[in-house]
Amino acid sequence: MNGIEIENISKSYGATLALDALTFTVQPGERFGLLGPDGAGKSTLFKILTTLLIPDTGRASVAGWDVNKDFATIRRHIGYMPGRFSLYPDLSVAENLNFFATIFGTKVKANYELIRPIYEQIEPFSKRRAGALSGGMKQKLALCCALIHQPKVLFLDEPTTGVDAVSRDEFWVMLGELKKAGITILVSTPYMDEAARCERVALLQTGKILALDTPANVVNAFNQPLWAVRADNYYQLLLDLRQASFTERAEVFGEFIHLTTHTGTDRESIVAYAQSGGHGNIVVEPAKASIEDVFLALM
Amino acid sequence: MRRLLYIVQKEFIQILGNKAMLPLMTVLPIIQLILLSFAADNEVKNVNISITDLDHSQLSRQLIGQITASERFTLIGAPPATRLADEDLLAGTADIVLNIPPAFEQNFLKGWPVKLQLLVNAINGQAATVGAGYLNAIIRDFNQDIRLEVPPGRQFKAPQIAISAANWYNPELNYKHFMVPGILGELVIILVILLSAMNTVREREIGTIEQINVTPIRSWQFILGKMIPFVFIGMLLLTVGLTTGKLIFDVPMVGNLGVVFLYCLLNLVAVLGIGLFISNLVDTQQQAMLVAFFFVMVFILMSGLFTPIESMPEWAQMLTIPNPIAHFVAVMRKVLLKGSGLADVAWNFRITAILALVFNGLAVLSYRKVR
Repeated sequence: MNGIEIENISKSYGATLALDALTFTVQPGERFGLLGPDGAGKSTLFKILTTLLIPDTGRASVAGWDVNKDFATIRRHIGYMPGRFSLYPDLSVAENLNFFATIFGTKVKANYELIRPIYEQIEPFSKRRAGALSGGMKQKLALCCALIHQPKVLFLDEPTTGVDAVSRDEFWVMLGELKKAGITILVSTPYMDEAARCERVALLQTGKILALDTPANVVNAFNQPLWAVRADNYYQLLLDLRQASFTERAEVFGEFIHLTTHTGTDRESIVAYAQSGGHGNIVVEPAKASIEDVFLALM
Repeated sequence: MRRLLYIVQKEFIQILGNKAMLPLMTVLPIIQLILLSFAADNEVKNVNISITDLDHSQLSRQLIGQITASERFTLIGAPPATRLADEDLLAGTADIVLNIPPAFEQNFLKGWPVKLQLLVNAINGQAATVGAGYLNAIIRDFNQDIRLEVPPGRQFKAPQIAISAANWYNPELNYKHFMVPGILGELVIILVILLSAMNTVREREIGTIEQINVTPIRSWQFILGKMIPFVFIGMLLLTVGLTTGKLIFDVPMVGNLGVVFLYCLLNLVAVLGIGLFISNLVDTQQQAMLVAFFFVMVFILMSGLFTPIESMPEWAQMLTIPNPIAHFVAVMRKVLLKGSGLADVAWNFRITAILALVFNGLAVLSYRKVR
């Protein structure tokens, strides 16, 4: 009952098609990740599901309620954390929390158990103005405010954008805790490494779904040979590899270049090619595909 | 209900939490009130006059003496030729030039018609007409006095109509008593329009509206929760302003202050509707400021505060009907100076109530959660 059903949803802004006949389902209690670059349509989909935007065509339901007809009911039962910090910067931490509790017709005390593990971390600063908090603490407060009325479904629009690596990690641990409370979570992120922490992910690009499965299956579906390549002159190597006849794709990937080749290409031919280009200290190793590789391959 | 109260509480925390805001909202308007009331004075004093006397007779000197004896006129020159007097006018040093023709006395004593020429610098229309009026009055008096003095045989006794005027409601013609109530009304309304116009759009700018919109809060609760604190601020400013008016300007308060406060309450509700409506329509605080500024300027200049509504063209008089500042200025003056009661300002109450309904209706309708 607490799931999300999306059927044939389209939305365009003028001539720009933001969502193109999108259809998928999020199971009750599932932690579902929406992956995609900026402009993929993630925020538009969130706005439709949180009843802030009316789709052009198609229908969607959240926790069993239709987004067009039962928007008032939906608003009582969802938690929404928008992409940018949307609490009152001039109210204190405690005042913000009280405010949102009151608006939802409840009290902080009544739902304290749910937010306790998160709120305890920011409680020492409860008198501080929200605007003066650090990025990680702002995000924790925003999560508390989104959870204060015990929502059935939680929408997190790029919750970790602009947050440091440690806080990002902590945040995903917190989301794991929420799973126990049976809350369905739809989370969008531009960070591919975070996808692995969802139960299922959908790769979104210009309003269309490129792939939808568990992170492991998405990665396994990648069946081309993938190599991690490195040499002294990194950039020249990248340019050279893109010219090579065996190359399908060469992408920057940290200190290595992730090289996708046609099937049948072996390590030796890559090394030989690099050597003929005058590169020194050549390293070529078989690599394990990540979600990012899959994404780039599908794009 | 609890929800509404908490929104009100939140708005108060936000307003009072900003330590500069409360003094800014009360002290600044009071400074304006004092400054404007002292400066906005329609009484015309110090009219510079240049008189060309081509007659040089006893009679002409007597007339000049009478004019310069008046406190309102400063004789800045007595050029020997009318051409030179014109130059004073062109240079802007003289406000009025009076030309006394040759044979002025002679013709007068013969009983022939005598003409004086009055040239008025009408750049400042009001000073010009008022100054010329004063001068005409002096010449008229002079005319009458002199007739009594001419030899009896030449006297023609035309019956005279004597007019004696009494100034009701402001017997001393104290201009400040007239201006303070109006300016105070105007200041209260401007403050509230500007504050409310900046309000919801600020939530849009900092993004909080997005979070609010997904909550079960109702439009009217949101709007009402924002209005109540502003009504308080407006009433507070009115109270401080009336006290200042009494202490500094000794403004008479003949009527029932309760009527003033009651009307202020209603008027605040109406202008808050305007402010919130503006706020809902625009995207940034800058836009809100510009739109609010446009309305405020029109409201002030067409409110009858500085220029009487009765002397405006008819279409402009019609435009003052939906102008909340015009009504507020009128009610303030009527109640404070004339002692008008509720029944006397019922028309203003009725129109303002309609304005309040219309503007607030628009404000609630234009606050859309879904785009």
